[in-house]
Amino acid sequence: MMNKQKESKRTFIKLSAGILTGTLIATSGLFSVMAPARKWSLSLTALPDNVAEAILMVTRHIFPHKKLEDAVYALVVKDLDNAASKDPAMKKLLIDGVAMINKKANNNNWLSENYQDQNTIILSIVNSDFFEKIRGTSIVSLYNNDMAWAHFGYEGASYEKGGYLNRGFQDLTWLPEPPHNISPPKYK
Amino acid sequence: MKNINLNDRNTVVIIGSGAGGGTLANELCQQGVKVVLLEAGKKQSTKTFVNDEWKSFSQLAWLDNRSTSGGWRVGKDFPNLPAWICKTVGGTTTHWAGASLRIQAHEFKALSTYGSIKGANLLDWPITLDDLDPYYDLAENKMGVTRTNGIPGLPGNNNFKVMYSGAKKLGYKKCNTGRMAINSQPRDGRGSCQQLGFCFQGCKMGAKWSTLYTEIPAAMATGNLELRAGCHVMKIKHNDKGLADGVLYADEHGRKKLQKARVVCVAGNSIETPRLLLNSATKMFPNGLANSSDQVGRNYMRHTTGSVYATFDKPVRMWRGTAMAGIIQDEAKHDPSRGFVGGYELETVSLGLPFMAAFFNPGSWGEKFTNALDNYENMAGLWIVGEDLPQESNRITLHPSDKDQHGLPVPNVHFDDHPNDKKMREHAFEQGTKLYQAVGAKDTYRVPPYPSTHNLGTCRMSLYPKDGVCNKHGQSHDIKNLFISDGSQFTTSAAENPTLTIVALAIRQAKFIANQLSTKII
Repeated sequence: MMNKQKESKRTFIKLSAGILTGTLIATSGLFSVMAPARKWSLSLTALPDNVAEAILMVTRHIFPHKKLEDAVYALVVKDLDNAASKDPAMKKLLIDGVAMINKKANNNNWLSENYQDQNTIILSIVNSDFFEKIRGTSIVSLYNNDMAWAHFGYEGASYEKGGYLNRGFQDLTWLPEPPHNISPPKYK
Repeated sequence: MKNINLNDRNTVVIIGSGAGGGTLANELCQQGVKVVLLEAGKKQSTKTFVNDEWKSFSQLAWLDNRSTSGGWRVGKDFPNLPAWICKTVGGTTTHWAGASLRIQAHEFKALSTYGSIKGANLLDWPITLDDLDPYYDLAENKMGVTRTNGIPGLPGNNNFKVMYSGAKKLGYKKCNTGRMAINSQPRDGRGSCQQLGFCFQGCKMGAKWSTLYTEIPAAMATGNLELRAGCHVMKIKHNDKGLADGVLYADEHGRKKLQKARVVCVAGNSIETPRLLLNSATKMFPNGLANSSDQVGRNYMRHTTGSVYATFDKPVRMWRGTAMAGIIQDEAKHDPSRGFVGGYELETVSLGLPFMAAFFNPGSWGEKFTNALDNYENMAGLWIVGEDLPQESNRITLHPSDKDQHGLPVPNVHFDDHPNDKKMREHAFEQGTKLYQAVGAKDTYRVPPYPSTHNLGTCRMSLYPKDGVCNKHGQSHDIKNLFISDGSQFTTSAAENPTLTIVALAIRQAKFIANQLSTKII
């Protein structure tokens, strides 16, 4: 299992009919959020499997966080799949977009290209509606979920935990402490 | 709560329940004046506020459609969201960060101090700092501003520690945790700040002053207030003598109602206030109410802003604690040797991960973007708040074809930076960058302005009716029982966060209106 986890994350995406699945990397900080589950799956309602898989990878090219799990990128696919299920024009935009990048690739298969060649093709379509739709969706979907927060270290809601008054709002120690007339002690 | 009849002609109607309208309502009620307070948004509470940026945004922000034009970056990035202000009881006092600064004496005299500047429509305020100081005193006491009235300053968070170390290295002398309308200790029946870090999302501790849970309940307690939430005012009506006599509004179910009034006070923020006056045009007032000067909607100011974020090789976790945790005031002076008139404040700012992604560099993508966010834990940030110059062409107008849910033309917000604004922003960006580099920043980032939270000047006060919309009491020059009661009154923007001044002006205006009512002048 450990050997497998060192392989490219791409091999962890398994497609069965209408479902996009993957497995979390063992070293990922996401276990705290996902535990005990290690496998993730996404049921597709509108997009064909190959289109969904390509879109996940396109998203990785647009927002290339090297250590961020596919499970988080899959949330972008989920939101786009949702949009496509409600709007035929959106579905067409996404399917046509994947067809467009396939056409620019060898063997009409963008996903089978190496990363650099994939990237060159993506850079040639940055002014397309397809690119902008994925970018615009990602800017919210990719960063507005518990898994992303765990990955980037953001702690989310604090009220339920009593805020940070006694939980590290002043725990930075690599700079000198400001004097009390500048930054008074906290109220007790 | 008092029930005030729709046909009661003896009531004061206030439109908008934020810093201006909410305060004015309470001050009038305390003096025995009957008030109907109309608020377009719904009522939330410290219980219903959410520690979640996007959810809170849907709950509190003004999301009715607006359009934009002009060369400003906000118009490109957020063409239908020029301002980040609120549609809820308490208005933008639910969202503000709490910075409470007095405008400086010279800033009230912008034209005299800076001289005439090409392209700018500068004017001195018809009041001075001396006129307003007694009301600033009252406002600071009311709001519980730290470092006034014997109230200690707030403790600074990690983000402030970075700012402070950088400020010292740059030789700045005026850096501390600021004057904040956030309880550093329990006061006025409200608890102290627990450093939640969600100041922009409505303070769930109620430690930050908001009219929602201070002024409005206090006004209720007098028995003189009726608050009507979910009521969007469509038109101000007038009689054949040219005096305001009521307002037409859509209630929470969309039913149209006419509330009669003896006095009408508009406090809808600097986009909605002029929009309402323009939408109220009649045969007698074909250019809109109170607009004989043609200044309604003009001189829109939004402060010269921008942010600098920096990443370090060790954690900062800037989201922990107050968003505005500290300030540097050394650059707030007027010193033309820097190449621009007026000055700017530097204040810490932080955004949660979702909003950092959305606002970091709107429209961007790729490795530069992801590298910055990969270092989110190690990031510190500051916000620039500088004086921007009034320009006649920066203005709110009615859209020629787009209508809102009530069938009213939506407002268009046109803005171009003045060359002075650009020079100031560049100077502030450089200082902010140097500050973080002085404490070992790995990378620094210049972040463009967010949708405007400080919206000012669109119904400005002026000594002479030809130069502005209202007089030194916010009373419109043209219609003596029609008042402007929000930041639209500002003659110039000054460098300071505007809320304290809006509150001070509201207290002053309430005294004036109560006097005018009791002496039957209006």
